[in-house]
Amino acid sequence: MVAQNIAFGIIAAITVAAALGMVTTRNIVHAALFLVAVLGGLAANYVLLTAEFIATTQVLVYIGAVMVLFLFGIMLTRAPIGRIPQMTGATWPVAALSALALGGITVYALIDRFGTDSLATDNTVFRTADVSDSVFSQYIIPFEAVSVLLLAALIGAVVLARRD
Amino acid sequence: MSAAADLTGALGLAYWAETSIKLGVALIVIPTAALMLGYLFLLKMMAFMQSRLGPTDVGPYGTLQLIADAVKFLQKEDIHPAAADRRVFRAAPVVVLASSFLLFVVLPTGPDAVVENLDTGIFYAMAVSSLSVLGVLMAGWASANKYALLGGLRAAGQLIAYELPLILAVMGVVIQADSLNLQEIVRVQAEGEIFGFGLIGNPFILTQFIGFLIFMIAAQAELTQTPFDMPVAETELVGGFHVEYTGFRFLLFFMAEVATAFAFSALATVMFLGGWWIPGFDFDAPILNVLGPVVMLVKILLVAFIIFWIRFTYPRLREDQLQKFAWKVLIPLSLANIVVTGIFKVVL
Repeated sequence: MVAQNIAFGIIAAITVAAALGMVTTRNIVHAALFLVAVLGGLAANYVLLTAEFIATTQVLVYIGAVMVLFLFGIMLTRAPIGRIPQMTGATWPVAALSALALGGITVYALIDRFGTDSLATDNTVFRTADVSDSVFSQYIIPFEAVSVLLLAALIGAVVLARRD
Repeated sequence: MSAAADLTGALGLAYWAETSIKLGVALIVIPTAALMLGYLFLLKMMAFMQSRLGPTDVGPYGTLQLIADAVKFLQKEDIHPAAADRRVFRAAPVVVLASSFLLFVVLPTGPDAVVENLDTGIFYAMAVSSLSVLGVLMAGWASANKYALLGGLRAAGQLIAYELPLILAVMGVVIQADSLNLQEIVRVQAEGEIFGFGLIGNPFILTQFIGFLIFMIAAQAELTQTPFDMPVAETELVGGFHVEYTGFRFLLFFMAEVATAFAFSALATVMFLGGWWIPGFDFDAPILNVLGPVVMLVKILLVAFIIFWIRFTYPRLREDQLQKFAWKVLIPLSLANIVVTGIFKVVL
């Protein structure tokens, strides 16, 4: 487990550094690229947790699709090179406060639910088939709920975008 | 996982030794693959098809043209535009090359001859191939050049549009093979039968022909080859996202493009043409670790020939035609393919 802990430390340090870079940079494209690094770091940590399928999905959906769309949108509108004067970071106390609140809630929920549970250390990889089995049996109702939610968001987006 | 573990067990190597050998092999294979396709197709075949003189002129049978090109690229000055964002500008070609490097990790060439036999195989390949768009957008933006930015935006719009049919075409194969794992997909094809006739297995090109067509068209667009080369259209954008790149940085882009073409041909071979398996052999006969790569290479060159053949002979699509073709033809067709495959899977 020593190797995994060292790897976790390195990846976590990179991820945190990229996250700090993302909120402090004065250039919007740099912020988006730092976010890519953060999401990549998370994917790497999923690999360490032997969740290969989740890691791959993270790369495909967040980096390959969401971030590409972000960058596409930013570059299509206005994305000057260098410092952007409007990005002053003046609202950082509010942002820090809400980030702390969200982080606190997440940490509390995780500790409350899992406490001192730990992963089995026999390096079993969670097979994709296991993931799909649990999604389509045990977690079928949350899964369907999320699908309907996404569909609603999709239709909403189409309605908003179409102003005939 | 198991095959790699077997190989480690058989040779008795430590994890770090095995990993460095694998890395070394991948690092050698990628430039070799790029050089091979570059010489065979981009130089010789293009010269024959389009009556270009250079590649038949330099050295015996034009064999030295590639070396001349490489030397030319390497000795050129490394120029950054004055207004460019230097760090992003430098990182962009590395991101693109890393994307194609990661693709090679999962390509199987024999029962044990694979860098890493991932459980999510084809899904992983699709995920890492989508990373190259990021590098293209970075290059387009950081160059501080409107042609480059336009090329980058076109590339992103095109790659997003064609990634969907690419993944949906793969779904048909996944449904039929019951697995995302590339070795498993090869095994199912090898052990399959065509109406009780099992000599040549059951290459999925027979049952998934529509999927194969969609995959090849979408791959052509993903590789930004003509008729889908709007992002690098010389007549409109000079060179698109890599217009400001010179010397070895341009060479990195070029190598990544050709290496990705090789990797996509390999994926098509594995999913539709039976992969490395040779009819008449047991699926896990050890000799296939030697013969498999040869068979793979022949099939890959065949598929790559089609990609470059189309590239050299077709005119370019217009941007709106290109988007319409993806969203109105390819995606509905690939969805229909999934539905039909699913019905057959349940019924049979």
